[in-house]
Amino acid sequence: MTETQQPIPKRTWLAMFGRLLAVQGSWNYELLMGNGIAFAAEPGLRLLPEPEYREALAREGRYFNCHPYLASVAVGSLVRAELDHVPGAKIERFRTALCGPLGSVGDRLIWAGWLPVCSLLALVVFGAGAPAWVVVTVFLGMYNAGHLTLRAWGLSTGLSSGMHVAKALAGPVFRRGPDVIARAGALLAGVAIPAALARVVRHGPAPGSALLYVVVVAGVLVGGVLLVRMHGRVDGWRIALVVLAAFVLYAVLRHG
Amino acid sequence: MNWFNLVPFILLGAIIGLDVVSFPQAMISRPIVAATASAALGGHAGLGLALGATLELIALEMLPFGASRYPEWGSAAVVGGAIIAGTPGQTITPTVTSSALVLAVLAALATAWIGGWTMVVLRRLNAIWARKATPRLDQGSAKTVDGLQIGGLCGDLLRGALLTGVALAILNPIVDAVIHLWGVPPAQSRAFVVGVSATVAVAATWKVFHATKGAAWFFLAGLAGGVALVWAQ
Repeated sequence: MTETQQPIPKRTWLAMFGRLLAVQGSWNYELLMGNGIAFAAEPGLRLLPEPEYREALAREGRYFNCHPYLASVAVGSLVRAELDHVPGAKIERFRTALCGPLGSVGDRLIWAGWLPVCSLLALVVFGAGAPAWVVVTVFLGMYNAGHLTLRAWGLSTGLSSGMHVAKALAGPVFRRGPDVIARAGALLAGVAIPAALARVVRHGPAPGSALLYVVVVAGVLVGGVLLVRMHGRVDGWRIALVVLAAFVLYAVLRHG
Repeated sequence: MNWFNLVPFILLGAIIGLDVVSFPQAMISRPIVAATASAALGGHAGLGLALGATLELIALEMLPFGASRYPEWGSAAVVGGAIIAGTPGQTITPTVTSSALVLAVLAALATAWIGGWTMVVLRRLNAIWARKATPRLDQGSAKTVDGLQIGGLCGDLLRGALLTGVALAILNPIVDAVIHLWGVPPAQSRAFVVGVSATVAVAATWKVFHATKGAAWFFLAGLAGGVALVWAQ
């Protein structure tokens, strides 16, 4: 932070952070996340004098989209730019340039990395026989430690870096993090799938035999390969819906 | 289950439905959390956890990327949890709980499908409201910005409540009827449903991680660890 920067009061930071949790509250096909950005930035923009405040708020409410957690970076840097009285046209160009990187980095790091990793870890804990509260606590604790830290870091970094925020996004967490997380995810998936399968098949009421478990594992591997080969043509959850509906029909007919 | 008994599940479905996109995206809407919480509300957290894990395996496939359309797992998992907690009723037998698991997963998948569509409808409504508010937004009206945001949040809350209520009202009687006509042994029923889920999870793992160098080897190493864990149990 340079010495000339206007300081952000703690209450304002907290108000922006709280509002960032609802940044997608009015997500729509017209402005996408735009109104949410204005909503989250508004407490910071209140530090501007009246005519500039309205101009800035109108600017921040326009079309915008990025990953919701990294919207904190956008909100922080845009508020800083407005407080530094950067010309409006320059802020608009900067705003447009932020969408792509904050979207793709967030998608890779969180949606295709951190979320599946935490989910798979919870399934490993489930497969190891842990009770419900442990599984849920492990998942929510680990996921939200990353989630809230990222949002808080994003807001603070944006507010201190302003228009120079790109440097922060070139850090090692964003460059190498997704690959490291993906490898951890692949490892956890290997543990989680057979372990979760075993808990449901072998340890529920009226436990299934070891032979049944082996048959199911073989079926899963064959089915998995088939689904992978169909990649992109149909979603697995839709196939699951149809197959389970057919199974229910079979179960009822078998009773009759 | 009567309407009075459904109220806690409808409220939970609303709150968890809100978490999917609108607020606070803390992933309480993931099936492993939502189904467990919902079934715990009905006094069967353990059954809810098994359901949640089974659904979580499927949910790994559909991640909430940007503006893409995806199933709404939050309220759907609450519906599944309510069904699995409600069906055992007076007589909890392995057949009842195992068939309930299959039916709860099916009910949750169907609800997630419809739930995804309700999210699209809400986004279109939000767009209509945003278009109408454009002149005031262009003047920098904080009241309009807040109004749109709060309107969207309330709409999403209502969406989750309606989805959960309607799904339970339709699906509960169907599940109650089908459960008495179940003709597959409990172990096979559970094996089938979790087998289908795990199949989707295998394909999802490939879809999410295959682009990473060395991920296949990490998966195989994990698989060896998983088999060892199962063997040890």
